[in-house]
Amino acid sequence: MKQATFAKMILMLTAAAALWAQAPPQNPQTPPAGAPAARGGRGAGGGGAYPQRPPADPAVLERGKALYGVHCNFCHGSDARGGEGGPNLLRSDMVLNDQSGERIAPVVQGGKGEMPKLELNNNQISDIATYIHSFRVGGYDISRMVPPSILVGDAKAGEAAFKAKCASCHSATGDLKGLGTRIPDAKLLQNGFLMPGGGGRGGGRGGRGPSFNVPPTTVTVTPASGPKVEGRLVRIDDFLVTLSEADGGQRSFRRDGDLPKVEIHDPLQPHKDLLPTYTDKQIHDLTAYLVTLK
Amino acid sequence: MRLLLAPFILIAGTLAAQPLDPAALTKPLGDSWPTYSGDYSGRRYSSLKQINQSNVKSLTLAWTTRFTAGAGGAGGGRGGFGGGAAAAPIIIGGEGTADAGSNTNIRASVLEVNGVLYLSTPDNAWAVDARDGHELWHYFWKTKGGTHIGNRGLAMWGNWLYLETPDDYLICLDAKTGKERWHKEIANFNQQYFSTMAPIVIGNHVLTGTGNDLDEPGYVQARDPETGDVQWTFYTVPMKKGDPGLETWGSLDGAKHGAGNVWIPGSYDPETHNYIFGTGNPSPAYTNPPSRDGDNLYTCSIVAINVDTGKMSWYYQLNPHDTHDWDSTETPILIDGEFNGKPRKMVLHADRNGYFFTLDRLTGEHLLTSKFSEAVNWVKEINAKGQTIRDPLKDSIVPGALVSPNNGGATNWPPAAYSPDTGLFYVPSNDAYAMYYLTETDPRGAMGLGGKEEDGLGSLGSFLTAIDYKTGKVAWRHRYPGTGGNLGNGILTTAGKLLFAGDVSGNLVAYDPANGKILWHTRLGNVSNAPETYVLDGHQYILIATGDSLFAFTLY
Repeated sequence: MKQATFAKMILMLTAAAALWAQAPPQNPQTPPAGAPAARGGRGAGGGGAYPQRPPADPAVLERGKALYGVHCNFCHGSDARGGEGGPNLLRSDMVLNDQSGERIAPVVQGGKGEMPKLELNNNQISDIATYIHSFRVGGYDISRMVPPSILVGDAKAGEAAFKAKCASCHSATGDLKGLGTRIPDAKLLQNGFLMPGGGGRGGGRGGRGPSFNVPPTTVTVTPASGPKVEGRLVRIDDFLVTLSEADGGQRSFRRDGDLPKVEIHDPLQPHKDLLPTYTDKQIHDLTAYLVTLK
Repeated sequence: MRLLLAPFILIAGTLAAQPLDPAALTKPLGDSWPTYSGDYSGRRYSSLKQINQSNVKSLTLAWTTRFTAGAGGAGGGRGGFGGGAAAAPIIIGGEGTADAGSNTNIRASVLEVNGVLYLSTPDNAWAVDARDGHELWHYFWKTKGGTHIGNRGLAMWGNWLYLETPDDYLICLDAKTGKERWHKEIANFNQQYFSTMAPIVIGNHVLTGTGNDLDEPGYVQARDPETGDVQWTFYTVPMKKGDPGLETWGSLDGAKHGAGNVWIPGSYDPETHNYIFGTGNPSPAYTNPPSRDGDNLYTCSIVAINVDTGKMSWYYQLNPHDTHDWDSTETPILIDGEFNGKPRKMVLHADRNGYFFTLDRLTGEHLLTSKFSEAVNWVKEINAKGQTIRDPLKDSIVPGALVSPNNGGATNWPPAAYSPDTGLFYVPSNDAYAMYYLTETDPRGAMGLGGKEEDGLGSLGSFLTAIDYKTGKVAWRHRYPGTGGNLGNGILTTAGKLLFAGDVSGNLVAYDPANGKILWHTRLGNVSNAPETYVLDGHQYILIATGDSLFAFTLY
């Protein structure tokens, strides 16, 4: 029983190590990423600036790592995020409030709950604490076991979905020829076909990735007298519409209810109209198909 | 009374801050704005009607003042005001050494008490003459750091003001001078708490709440307004063996790291002594480690606790086992009205998850659940208790799930409002979509908000939405023009048959609350909090913040 569990843990840790190898190694001293700009309604501008611990003496770190590996690893995991027996140490209030082992020592030397006491002196525990404190702890935790691919879909089914949903505007041999070569990252491609250009303001924390060639939103204003005016939409609210004309000059029109008539031409509207109609399977199938457009 | 008091102050030739009688907080909202929502009900419905549908078109700017946060903000009269006024004193406190900077964004409720406005931003508080906007004093707190995401306002008890800081202190200030009386640690900075909530004064209790984006437990605490000593602490998640709700977690360690933070003030029912508030999301927010198996009580819930004892009277969990960081913190609104033809005392709440709820205020009994954002697509079923049960396929998944709302939510914390004149509940809403990808496949999950990537796909529209609490149906909604999709700001309703709200384009707008018809607007370029109203010298004012400035409007 014990052996079986132990073997399973070793397997799990080995597998984890293999997967981590695919991700860039994290720097324990990297400060936590700031709250992304579009961090929901908690408002922009979150700092996330929790002071990190100063860099440790490499010799101490090395000793602490070795001691941790012998005494703690088994239950708390090689990354201190918990195992089958012991809890995640990184978010433990005892560890977060510890400076150099002074809070950890009584638990290690006296035991606590299911944790047995360990024959370690204060210096050794201080070294272990230094090692545990070298891990980065933050609310915007970096993903370390990032899946290598998001592709799960069926390209054939995706081709059928393409014909049904996309082919009225796009062609696999025309405007989208070579799409899978131009955008080799399947996730960027998937986000991109759903909403080219990232969907504009307020959509969350997207916005990165290749620049899709999205034409600008235009607007047509029909004043009560005089000719229609057309241009690129600069701004619109209930009271004003501003457009920029071909020569770059801007014109603003006062809005009073339905007057003057204002028509917005959003080139992404067909993509918006499709959003409520997709199943996730269709999305994944479409992506599987689109990556094949070389 | 006010009309008598005002000339007295003029004769005396000084502007002295007057104490606030805690009993005044139990009165319906009218002449002043002495607490976060104006009164305890959270309705943000003012009985004032001097400004009304017939004259709102004549609303005029009375004054505007710009504020500068930080130590560099010393001295009054910046931003074009202050000709002749003596420089306002700056009082500096703090346990830290850092000046978080002069980026001033007023998201807070502003208190108005006896002719003085009290406002705040993270690490800063000001007192301002409500008659012309000139600064009386500025208090600035040097910080240890932490998440400086916002501050929701001050609380007042007698002559004292209370401010929470991002590095987790409650500061008590003398309202007359801005001088610090004491500060107390209210949460543990090492555990990455940050404190943004506007404290709420009820009788001789000052209630505080916390924020945390790691996995630390949420709690509400009551403190003595004179000394700051703790009276009681209520955790929103189980903290030890035997605590109720523990069976809704995979393990005690999971529960104790289950979050449920309380970062927006609740409402108060003086009849039952219940403080009624919403709790935040469970943590880790986006991943499903075994330690989080279950419904995760009392996260994403409306909770009523007896303010005298700190014990829970009832709870209703809106959103069991949330997986999208959709806090249920928007201030619940307490109303008396009819439901199914019978008089009822109720709680109304529009949730970040896209659903509106009506509950019985005395028992927590569920009365109604309805969808107020058309795009919402993550719910598998509304169960017999009226709870929104998630479709696990709409969690963050490796190949990506298309989900509405986005993380920002169908709505969020900006204050909703209710008008007894129309029987309608008003809320800013947004029909936004995002792709949610799981990026951490370690079965133990990530910590905090990690482990996923959310990529926004834009919005089908953002709205000012009016909901009939009796049916849950949308009575009307006003779509903001354009192709963007930002969430609008908080809302004020008045007995003048007016609804004031900032739109998503920097306008302060007055609407007819019966149908959403626009009656007046002014473009300020930005609106950053919910409008408020009060009376001074017999004139009603409308107050709004625009980032670093306040604007006061009135009729002359």
